Amino acid sequence: MGHSSGKNYINEEPGLLSWFTSLDHKRIALLYFVSVMTFFLVGGIMALLLRLELFAPNTTANVGQVLKNGDIYNQVLTYHGAIMVFMVIIPGIPAILGNFFLPLQIGAKDVAFPRLNLASWYVFMLGACLAIGTFFSTKIDTGWTFYTPYSIRTGSAVVMMVVAAFIMGMSSILTGLNFIVTVHKLRAPGMSMFRMPLFTWAIYSTAILQVLATPILGITLLLLVMERTFGVGIFDPKLGGDPVLFQHFFWFYSHPAVYIMILPAMGVVSELITTYSKKTIFGYTAIAYSSIGIAAVSFFVWGHHMFVSGQSEIAGIIFSFLTMLVGVPTAIKMFNWLATLYKGSIEFTASMLYALGFLFLFAIGGVTGIMLAVTAIDVHFHDTYFVVAHFHYVMVGGTLMAIMGGFYHWFPKMFGKMYNETTAIISWVFIFVGFNVTFFPQFILGAKGMPRRYFDYIPEYEQLNKISTVGSWLIAVGFLFGLYTIIRGLTSGEKAPDNPWGSKTLEWQTSSPPIMHNFDHDPVVTAGPYEYK
Amino acid sequence: MSTNRLVNGVQVASHYRDEKHQYASNKEGIWLFMVTEILMFGGLFVGYILFHSLYPEMFAEGASFLDWKLGFVNTLVLIFSSLTMALGIYFNQVGQPSKATWALWTTVACGAIFMIIKYFEYTHKFHMGIFPGKFLDPVMMAEHGHTVQNANLGLYFGFYFCMSGLHGLHVLIGMGLISWIAIKNMKREFNPKYFTPIEGVGIFWHIVDLIWIFLFPLLYLVG
Repeated sequence: MGHSSGKNYINEEPGLLSWFTSLDHKRIALLYFVSVMTFFLVGGIMALLLRLELFAPNTTANVGQVLKNGDIYNQVLTYHGAIMVFMVIIPGIPAILGNFFLPLQIGAKDVAFPRLNLASWYVFMLGACLAIGTFFSTKIDTGWTFYTPYSIRTGSAVVMMVVAAFIMGMSSILTGLNFIVTVHKLRAPGMSMFRMPLFTWAIYSTAILQVLATPILGITLLLLVMERTFGVGIFDPKLGGDPVLFQHFFWFYSHPAVYIMILPAMGVVSELITTYSKKTIFGYTAIAYSSIGIAAVSFFVWGHHMFVSGQSEIAGIIFSFLTMLVGVPTAIKMFNWLATLYKGSIEFTASMLYALGFLFLFAIGGVTGIMLAVTAIDVHFHDTYFVVAHFHYVMVGGTLMAIMGGFYHWFPKMFGKMYNETTAIISWVFIFVGFNVTFFPQFILGAKGMPRRYFDYIPEYEQLNKISTVGSWLIAVGFLFGLYTIIRGLTSGEKAPDNPWGSKTLEWQTSSPPIMHNFDHDPVVTAGPYEYK
Repeated sequence: MSTNRLVNGVQVASHYRDEKHQYASNKEGIWLFMVTEILMFGGLFVGYILFHSLYPEMFAEGASFLDWKLGFVNTLVLIFSSLTMALGIYFNQVGQPSKATWALWTTVACGAIFMIIKYFEYTHKFHMGIFPGKFLDPVMMAEHGHTVQNANLGLYFGFYFCMSGLHGLHVLIGMGLISWIAIKNMKREFNPKYFTPIEGVGIFWHIVDLIWIFLFPLLYLVG
């Protein structure tokens, strides 16, 4: 069913420049793809550096010491966190896969506001450039959370970094706004809300969070800028202000932001599990509603970041219970995915392996999250490597696994080429094993009391840290295989059919790669998204 | 990629069915953006309420330095400007664009009056030594006959300058946007079937006014 004229969104307009002025959601998705992957490389190198430093304790001067001093370690740590959070994981799935596939999945020609969509990318890049620009000024060492009062006192580039985060937040808001209107207004005839693919549902829930939570980050960061430049005093105890208020404001955004990071991943996994089991997804409605449920609960759990920040015991207990509540809609998703697998015709493609990896790793990440929600346990684990391991299991084991899985899944559609399944699976093996080797020991380190963010440690922690660092090398090798797979696929992959996986959702009903206007004929939807058997 | 086509005399992007579909989508987008504006100011309001409950006397002292009459005049100016903004939309809907142009420029003028009054309020405070937070100068204030009662008075003015400053910035942006659509309107780019940009900017302007309606009592009258 390939398009007769051979025209598609990639070759319709020639020249590199046409990519930077294109209003096509598919091209904008690829702009995001290239930029986000570049930032991922930078953030990844920072991570490798951190692990390399922690390979051995700095017993005597210059032995086991890779980075020159602790200040540099703090900076690398900050850039690793800030880049990965603001420039990789938050925009990752929504801005790349969401931009590309949300309109396709609901049978639309584009997003509601194509011009705004392109503007969002430019705004994002402006913020990203500012953020990277701080690297050439006094470097940032606050951690990605910019906690006051330290962020008020330390190097002057904090203002620039905070403005950068504000600008990237604005981009995130505009993307979210665009997606909400797209879902509300541009669904094809017959595409009712409950016929939407679950990936679209997840991107939609995420968009709501982006629009409702990010403005709070905006004002918080603005106030931090005001605090630094005009000393307004709102976060400064010397002037009667309250530094803990910053934490409240910050986590009121940043906890929902955690779900901005994970919800799209859950959407991807829903698509993968059902496609590669060739089976109707179990509990479609429950999965759709649980996305909204997670989005709603996420606004009431921010206090669990602050169990030891001096909030009242009552508040701690309430936040503890509310946090455990997140486990309910999350478990609903997990069990629905498992039930979908049951008696399905499972194909172990690279995408499916990533989805299964997600289930395994996210379960560990989620359950340790419940552990941390218990205040008594959190007092012990707070600011230890246990927390580091927990959120890496969720963010990397969850979101990053889903990005990779989703990317292989949709690769044939995006580029019209097939990738090499073998190298993709080798990549998965290295990433999956390497990930566990890196982060599982960190649970033990944390339980033994190793504090996070430290440049050095006592010799008792050495062995587990060594294992963890070796793991980070395995992950790096895995991603190199991944990069090789992508480049080989792009340069010499065989031509992809329109629907290589036999998937039922709308994006597979058009040509690979799709034409500029997505569909030859405006689609009319007569059935749900997953009617396999 | 969106290419336009003409439907019922209106340029409609190709991904919309018709002009009504496009209009409804644009309007939803604008309202969603307004939600984010309100939430952003919401953060400031929460901070204000928190510290007001902690230090009521300090907030009362701070408010006593503000001239409620100037604030009141500004409130009236903005309410009037909301009326002229609404008239700008109305006159376009009924096909009287030259009247609409007048209404829009009047709105810009009201914004300017608001900003001029704010300018005098700000400079007067700077003159008396009233600055935000740590820059508040009790010595300079004493020279002007004011003894500071509460040590953390600067915090009130931290809020005052942040809240009114961020609002003032929105007034300036609003004035820019209204000027832009007034010029478009003078070029007769709108008609009774197509006036989405005017309405969008109008909604923004009303929200900016509405925020002031809350700021005025909180900053000038409370205490």
